[in-house]
Amino acid sequence: MTFDRACSLTILGGLDKDRKPDRVERLEMRRGEIIGIVGPTGSGKSSLIADIEQFAKGDTPSGRRILIDGCEPRAETRSDPRRKLIAQLSQNMHFLAYMTVGDFLRMHAKSRGRSPEVAGRVIELANTLTGEPVHPDQHLTILSGGQSRALMTADIAVISDSPIVLIDEIENAGIKKREALELLSGEGKIVVVVTHDPMLALMTSRRVVMKNGGMVRVIETTAGEQKVCEDLAKVDDWLMNLRETIRRGEVVGAAL
Amino acid sequence: MKMVVVAGTPGSGKTSVLIHAARSLQRMGVRPAVVKIDCLWTEDDERFRRLGVPVAVGLSKDMCPDHYSIYNVDEMLDWAKEEGADVLLNETAGLCLRCAPYPDSALAVCVLDVTSGPNAPLKVGPLLTTADVVVATKGDMVSQAEREVFRERVLEANPACRIVEANGLTGKGAAELADLIKTAPDLSEEMLLRHNPPLAICTLCAGELRVSKEHHRGVLRHLDGFMEYTGE
Repeated sequence: MTFDRACSLTILGGLDKDRKPDRVERLEMRRGEIIGIVGPTGSGKSSLIADIEQFAKGDTPSGRRILIDGCEPRAETRSDPRRKLIAQLSQNMHFLAYMTVGDFLRMHAKSRGRSPEVAGRVIELANTLTGEPVHPDQHLTILSGGQSRALMTADIAVISDSPIVLIDEIENAGIKKREALELLSGEGKIVVVVTHDPMLALMTSRRVVMKNGGMVRVIETTAGEQKVCEDLAKVDDWLMNLRETIRRGEVVGAAL
Repeated sequence: MKMVVVAGTPGSGKTSVLIHAARSLQRMGVRPAVVKIDCLWTEDDERFRRLGVPVAVGLSKDMCPDHYSIYNVDEMLDWAKEEGADVLLNETAGLCLRCAPYPDSALAVCVLDVTSGPNAPLKVGPLLTTADVVVATKGDMVSQAEREVFRERVLEANPACRIVEANGLTGKGAAELADLIKTAPDLSEEMLLRHNPPLAICTLCAGELRVSKEHHRGVLRHLDGFMEYTGE
């Protein structure tokens, strides 16, 4: 890889929607950590992700600043995909480009300085996340929401192999969310995940609570919560199996 | 005096990006003045006026708005100087992709909408290929992968350009663009266009590259609407 591996990501607090300072003044994230962002709709979760994505330096509405390894990132780290420190899965559910899946992935691999042969690997991985297989000759614009999301997720895991991964509401796409999060986390990455999903929120080591545009609190995931997360994973597996049973047109059998 | 020529297709977000950039310039202590060129009608000047930025509108009427903008460079600069500005921001009408009304010593900014798709940069022509800065807007509407593919296509068309990812709603990218404007070189005395306009019937169309009216013949419309005929 041509980028320097980032070791830490720091958010210096800014202002909420009423121009009051963030109650969390400073938040440091380290390699290998998964951090959640939680809060009601409109509380500023996506804006916080956007601040990180563009390495805000007091020039976004929140006035927050982002530091990498304690320093302001260089301009080319901000924009050049070959040096990009950030991979981002946004809330977009569809592709707009009129290209085939294969052409698009090869072009994206080129933009990130990767070999075009990785396209096949992306499609293979996407098809482990969605029930409806994606083919390389399909046009991007005809893919369903689930197929698009699965492809975007696999694309990030294989092509956009950046040390910082930002994920905005992966649970809304009808793909296997736990597998998707594990796929995106990888070894030694900093993962920030915006979520309303209890299981994903509790899979993190800490979560930032957002309110009225501000960062109000950081909660460390307790041992008790980790236990709840394990139970949720079982419930989730059960729900996924039920979903597949119903999709196949079969009759549902036993209760939990 | 510096000059920035902002071109790009209608609806690509030229005005929104420029409003945020003008605000960033003001914060840096730079005084911008804006000339908005359009064909028949515009209300974009009101949006700039709310910032307290001096703004003038030039309506080209039945003239080609890019030609009109090119031969009125001197009038625009004189007006901006009178307003006490350090930098003239000239927003073009954004109609034809062929003209590229960029003088060589001005900062040439091309605004492109990412949702127009990865083939759009291949269709744009001199407007894109001769630009110094390409501002990619509406990136929040697509995935990061699509933004990066779009970027790759822009670089295929114009390998030397600087790409700024901007959002006209949130102001993302405005500070970066304002920095590029602030550090752009001053205008030189003699200005030449970077690319010849398409063939038609006026002196520009006949291949004249020098800007301002002393070099042009035919029916010319001034910024204030006055029309004159020069020539034999």
